[in-house]
Amino acid sequence: MAIKYSQKVIEEFTNPENVGEIEGADAVATEGSPACGDMITYNMIIDPETHIINDVKFRSYGCASNIATASVATKIAKGRTIEEIKKLTPKAVTEELDGLPAVKIHCSVLAINGLKAAIREWEKKQGLRKDGDDAEALDKETILRELRNVIHPETGISIVKMNMVRTIEVDDGKIFVELLMGETDEMFYENIEEETREHLEGLPGAFDATIKLNDKPITKGL
Amino acid sequence: MSDTTHEYAYLDNGDGTQVLPEVLEAMLPYFTESYGNPASLHQLGLAAEEALDEARESLATSLGCAASELVFTSSATESNNLALAGLRAVNPDKKHLIISPIEHSSVRNLAKHWAKKGFLELTELEVDDEGRVNPESLKQALRPDTLAVSIIHGNNEIGTIQDIETLGAICREAEVPLHIDAAQTLGKIPLNLHELPVDLASFNAHKLHGPKGVGALYIRKRVKIRRQFEGGPQEGNVRPGTENVPAIVGFAKAAEIAVRDMDKVTAHVNDLTQKLADGLMAIPHVRLNGPAINSSERLPGNLNLTFKYIEGEAILMSLNYQGVYVSSGSACSSRALTPSHVLTSIGLLHEEAHGSIRFTLSRLNTEADVTKAIEVTKAAVERLRAMTAFIPEEHSERESEHATTFYKKKND
Ligand SMILES: Cc1ncc(COP(=O)(O)O)c(C=O)c1O
Repeated sequence: MAIKYSQKVIEEFTNPENVGEIEGADAVATEGSPACGDMITYNMIIDPETHIINDVKFRSYGCASNIATASVATKIAKGRTIEEIKKLTPKAVTEELDGLPAVKIHCSVLAINGLKAAIREWEKKQGLRKDGDDAEALDKETILRELRNVIHPETGISIVKMNMVRTIEVDDGKIFVELLMGETDEMFYENIEEETREHLEGLPGAFDATIKLNDKPITKGL
Repeated sequence: MSDTTHEYAYLDNGDGTQVLPEVLEAMLPYFTESYGNPASLHQLGLAAEEALDEARESLATSLGCAASELVFTSSATESNNLALAGLRAVNPDKKHLIISPIEHSSVRNLAKHWAKKGFLELTELEVDDEGRVNPESLKQALRPDTLAVSIIHGNNEIGTIQDIETLGAICREAEVPLHIDAAQTLGKIPLNLHELPVDLASFNAHKLHGPKGVGALYIRKRVKIRRQFEGGPQEGNVRPGTENVPAIVGFAKAAEIAVRDMDKVTAHVNDLTQKLADGLMAIPHVRLNGPAINSSERLPGNLNLTFKYIEGEAILMSLNYQGVYVSSGSACSSRALTPSHVLTSIGLLHEEAHGSIRFTLSRLNTEADVTKAIEVTKAAVERLRAMTAFIPEEHSERESEHATTFYKKKND
């Protein structure tokens, strides 16, 4: 499938801003992994008084829109408070880029979540957040919230919004999720399963995820 | 070989090629002059039918088979599907299918679909680290209820050419039909179907400077398959629907030219591929995927490289915006980017598969294309590596761990 990027994506990809790292950064966070083919590492300087992000830089391993979204995300974050950034959705990035092809929407999710991960790191360091905070919260709601970050590659819409998530069970860090796949989704099974796993197993306190993909309607709903 | 100069360098001939002027010229009359339906009884129908017969004869000569053994289709995808589904329809009691792990999606997805629906059991053969099918694994996989063996003759990604004589002989002994997907080999390496132990073979035109949307299926005499949709009696009752006469004429012409010029073209393409490889492999941390280039085991003009620590789509797009057109080993279609099954089958880590780029050269490429591609690729790789989040030390660890487990699994 040929990929048509907007002029803005092409510009950000060819001339990204804020590339690199910051010596003595207050927070460093990496979102994604090499195996998944996309990964962003952010370095941040945050003012402890005002909570303003005074500087942010990124490194990227990923496709053209991974680089473009990271570049835009740093531009958005610079000069804003962490409270403002925590409220952002991936839309903030896609709008700035005049949109992304559906198969690339996941890049905007990664770019924004990476910023939030760096902020969480900083909050931990500042004692504003404890390690245990997240693990205790591994419940159905947290899982559902995380699944909103899993984007269907064809539609560019989250699997939650597409009503694909049919069962969520969680027991002592073990997660079970059942997804309802569409008739024509066969070619995306591997994709969606891997992406779902990556998101769930990355949740604090989660150590195992079982994902079941079904193409027959399951009577049991959420 | 050609004096066509472009602003861009097209190095994606494994995906599609430019139609040669000679081919286009042969096709034109069948749009505007002899435009009749070959099934019509009048003079214009007759002219079209004669063109169809001639094209079939000509393609049969290029392939070393009889004209009566060729059926025209819309694509190699259709030919692959028709071959396997057509066999299955006349052998409903055969519940087992064998394929290689490096098939084109048109074979792989069909086989996986059937297996998933429980229509039959699927066995994927072993390949070595350059993509050669292990004949021993074929011997072990064959069963009395095996419907067919389907093997990609020349791999579209890494260029591996299979030893069809050996694999076919094993199938013959077990009396199981062998289908080959030869979309990449026609016109690139000598083919003589009657001398090969092959029962069905799929082809298309657009890989060899013919038009898109036309293919052929070779069905060896006495091999029975059933048509997959209903309609008229065209193509020996195996493939209903009015034939695409201009495209078929172009296909036959393109094959004729490819076979006629093969030695000359291969020498030209090999020379350019060598230069491209020399230039690109001088970049640090580059890995060649598939058999040695310019060997008889690799498609001429195919160069597949992994540029470590960076991602293929970003490389592809960098090249694209500089006017160098190539393809990449993975489709970044989701967060969990699915790496090419071909590359992981020959032992690449996901992250190595993600960083792969395929360059495919044709007779129409020039030294200038190669020079430009080397220059642009070097700059792109350097730029992307300068901003990568990838940590090479962590990769080395994963690499040695993977090497132990991957080969241990294979040897068990
Ligand atoms: C080996 C192989 N098989 C099948 C195909 C599918 O061919 P077509 O595009 O004619 O359906 C291709 C080309 O894309 C190919 O390289």
